Amino acid sequence: MERQVDYVLRTVEERGVRFVRLWFTDVLGTLKSFAITPAELETALEEGMSFDGSAIEGYSRVQESDMLARPDPATFEIVPWRGDDAPVARMFCDIHTFDGEPFEGDPRYVLKRNLERARERGFTFYAGPEIEFFYFRSPEAPEPLDRAGFFDLTHEDMVSQLRKQTILTLEAMGIPVEYSFHENAPSQHEIDLRYTDALTMADNVMTFRLVVKQVARDLGVHATFMPKPIAGAFGSGMHTHLSLFEGDVNAFYDPGDEAGLSKVARHFIAGLLRHAREITAITNQTVNSYKRLIVGYEAPTYICWARNNESALVRVPLAKRGKEESTRIEFRSPDPACNPYLAFSVMLAAGLRGIEEGYELPPEATNNIFEMTAEERAAEQIAALPQTLAEAVDVMERSELVAGALGEHVFEYFIRNKRREWDAYKEQVTPWEIERYLTSL
Amino acid sequence: MRGGDDLLLVYPDPPPPLLAQCLDLAGYAWKAVPNASVALQQTRGEGWAAAVVCTGDDPEGAFAVCRALRKQDDRVEPLLLLVNGSRLGELELREDLYDDFCLDPFHPQELEARLRHLFWRTGRGGRPEIAAYGDLVLNLETYQAAVGDRPLDLTYMEYELLKFFVTHPGKVFTREQLLSRVWGYEYYGGARTVDVHVRRLRAKLGEEHAGLIHTVRSVGYRFGSGRLPGPAGG
Repeated sequence: MERQVDYVLRTVEERGVRFVRLWFTDVLGTLKSFAITPAELETALEEGMSFDGSAIEGYSRVQESDMLARPDPATFEIVPWRGDDAPVARMFCDIHTFDGEPFEGDPRYVLKRNLERARERGFTFYAGPEIEFFYFRSPEAPEPLDRAGFFDLTHEDMVSQLRKQTILTLEAMGIPVEYSFHENAPSQHEIDLRYTDALTMADNVMTFRLVVKQVARDLGVHATFMPKPIAGAFGSGMHTHLSLFEGDVNAFYDPGDEAGLSKVARHFIAGLLRHAREITAITNQTVNSYKRLIVGYEAPTYICWARNNESALVRVPLAKRGKEESTRIEFRSPDPACNPYLAFSVMLAAGLRGIEEGYELPPEATNNIFEMTAEERAAEQIAALPQTLAEAVDVMERSELVAGALGEHVFEYFIRNKRREWDAYKEQVTPWEIERYLTSL
Repeated sequence: MRGGDDLLLVYPDPPPPLLAQCLDLAGYAWKAVPNASVALQQTRGEGWAAAVVCTGDDPEGAFAVCRALRKQDDRVEPLLLLVNGSRLGELELREDLYDDFCLDPFHPQELEARLRHLFWRTGRGGRPEIAAYGDLVLNLETYQAAVGDRPLDLTYMEYELLKFFVTHPGKVFTREQLLSRVWGYEYYGGARTVDVHVRRLRAKLGEEHAGLIHTVRSVGYRFGSGRLPGPAGG
């Protein structure tokens, strides 16, 4: 630790860093940031910086609102998009109370607690998300980039600029990526992050969303992680690849199994399936999220698993021969508007519960379940994911698993906040209703 | 300083993992020896910059090594002894065998400080300030790394891993070895962490230099050109 602190102090001095941004995340997954000067850095690293938590979503507490942001020196990075004249650096923070205890409302702490549970059982939890998003001409309306040209750039130039700049910036921040451009929906893109331990990955997702938006803004367009911005087009998901390792060994792999899946993997999937409805409010936390989870756009709606079926909730990608260590499962419901710390926490908790209780994995879904009738699905006991945020929150509220994974503070705040969101939505009269009812009724 | 004598002698072989990690982190090049005669063979050729002798569970054996190292015309000094607090009494009448000692279990910063002080007092070299491979240069004093004129923005662990690679070129290391030598044993991310960091390093080194870190199939990683076949411990 001392060496890490020394490293940070020395680098700030050597590189002439003017400001250090301290990053943390509120309960809803929004990145919060405040800047300190190099003069304050040593104190910040030793004692933390105090701030008023009452303005942060989900941080307010009954008694006192002052909290400490304690930078994690392992996350120190020079931020590459500010230019070299006055370099700016960032560190993620852990939030503590003035008593020196980790603050239970800090999503990073929630994830650390869950990872600790996995570690007690000898597991390290890895995650690799595929993040989809849209570029639009402005934040005002979901208008895709088209051939009409921006400034003096053609559409293709624009897209290749966005792509190049985004990859360069992410890689400079130590986030290796694979990029792909979607034809499914206009202006939709996908970037796959190479897997890492879940805590680093949650930090990476926060950095990623900022980088994508920042690069877009620099080029005069708007990037959004809204799950379903255009009705009738594909939505944006955050399919997440998950695996557990015991030391150097992939705990999901079993050469003797016909699917290559170990008992651990089977129980883990069973846990995800059984608790899928309970954790959906966390992995899909907006009213809009549920407009994506509908039939017909390759988003999962039914709770099942399969090896090669693009509509299953849990997909098991085939591990290449000789690459068995890459055995993993893909959880396909999450969307990129989630809080990654909380989303990884509940996915892990559901999977671990499956392992602890030895849940039996239901048979693999073979037919295309979207084509089945409701009766056929009922016969195969295939349940559906919640249809709305309201339903998801109701199911979550009854979940002892989610309450345990998130802790009382986050659990209660989240339910309260999401009920308010739903109530606000309920008051709206949508253009669809006007169109459908105004003349006919 | 004579050529080649910037190597630290460490006893026993293998040394306690914490000692190995501490010396690596401090940027010392070192080599472990199993006994005095192996150590002395080396002395004739290249000499040693200093010695760190860990008395451990076998102080008699360790003292014998010290004695052998000191008997030579070209005696090995300075010599730092690591000794358990309960065995301090055994140092009596053996003052000639060491130049300084450090209580074991030791604090890494104390060990580093004592080594630095010994090197200063004896006017010898010791820790290099620069580690380089081609146009990749690490300043160990300021923690800064650069490729040519381009500074690399690294996290602490990326820096430490790169430093380890640059100071051990041509050798193959398993993930477990890298994890224990660079991270220590308590790291969060598990053994796959090494892969993750190698990928990040390659990304930051840029296309031209990413190839410096070779993946050695079903073994681990090697930095720079291959010299030694098979996994190497030291």
